[in-house]
Amino acid sequence: MEHAISFVRRLGASLVDSVWRLGFAARFMMLLLIYSGQSFRRVHLTIREIYFSGVLSLLIIVVSGLFVGMVLGLQGYETLQRFGSGDALGVLVALSLTRELGPVVAGLLFASRAGSAVTAEIGLMKVTEQLKAMDMMAVSPIARVVAPRFWGGVISMPFLAAIFSTMGVLGGWLIGVVFIGVDAGAFWSQMQAAVDFRYDILNGVIKSVVFGIAVSLIAVFEGYDCTPTAEGVSRAITRTVVSSALAILALDFVLTSFMFRG
Amino acid sequence: MSRTTLDLWVGLFVLIGAAALLFLSLRVGNLSSANFAETYSIRVQFDNIGGLKVRAPVKSAGVVVGRVSDIRLNTESYRAEVIMNLDTRFEFPRDTVASILTSGLLGEQYIGLDAGADEEMLKGGDGLQIGQSAVVLEKLIGQFMFNKAAE
Repeated sequence: MEHAISFVRRLGASLVDSVWRLGFAARFMMLLLIYSGQSFRRVHLTIREIYFSGVLSLLIIVVSGLFVGMVLGLQGYETLQRFGSGDALGVLVALSLTRELGPVVAGLLFASRAGSAVTAEIGLMKVTEQLKAMDMMAVSPIARVVAPRFWGGVISMPFLAAIFSTMGVLGGWLIGVVFIGVDAGAFWSQMQAAVDFRYDILNGVIKSVVFGIAVSLIAVFEGYDCTPTAEGVSRAITRTVVSSALAILALDFVLTSFMFRG
Repeated sequence: MSRTTLDLWVGLFVLIGAAALLFLSLRVGNLSSANFAETYSIRVQFDNIGGLKVRAPVKSAGVVVGRVSDIRLNTESYRAEVIMNLDTRFEFPRDTVASILTSGLLGEQYIGLDAGADEEMLKGGDGLQIGQSAVVLEKLIGQFMFNKAAE
């Protein structure tokens, strides 16, 4: 009996706590948008964050894009040639990259490479009470620290996804055309005939923008909301990576069902 | 505010990203070739459209001249009505024949236009007189078996 009551109590407390967090997250997002104008006036802060989350993620994005494209080339050719349509390899590689793999895998890599770093940075600032100190000096920490990191992530993400898709297509070309020997003309021309700019590429870009917003928001919020201890920061980083990954995959399903209903 | 090396890296990053987008839209996609600026729409009715889909290409002599924009059932004649948007650069005579063809054995279905010899050209909103239906494999096999039985 005692156990049951305490169990229900803990359940209720965690529920109330999560609703509380949700409300705080919504208010935080509003504040973030309101202070964005102020932070854009000092644009070099945002540029600095694009460097940290975008430029420094470039290597992992380029390398993994290349490998994903090469695997797609091998696997796709192996399956397609059973139906005698190995020439359609370009279509397979390009469509799966521009529509799905580019935004999603780039988003997951971005969340674990840049999102976690942002959370750690803001969380550590909170632990060392730098955020409070800023507040006391009448400098809004949201305008000075949070908004530039958020916008840096939002701006970087579509570029990273496009670079990922491009590297993937080149990887698929490397395996398909150079190593396996698919006809280069068929590879490119079938790809160009099947991939539509608005329907496939633009929808992929929209996806990557949405993922960028989701990941950046989760990263800055988890950092800002973390318990100001060493353990709290480490937990916040874990939560950033886990909830970013879940958010990306869930949003991807929703967006795909709206965009590609056929 | 002075320029820093950081700005250079960010500029380079944005440039690479833009180049990747450009590569995707021009080399991977078909932004340059099959983007029709101005189109006019033509109606045509078929007994059976098979697996034709919206956005399927409309080709004449193998050249893409337009795309299928809408497919619906005409409840008066109970035939499929296909609306296609053709590029205004290409004009076709009024007695042009549209037929549903398949590219390759397993390829997608498209509409092929065979130009007629009429003096007058099609205008936007016009309808074509003749639409040759898609080949339905079951019907073809049925016909074949019927002919064999008759022999």
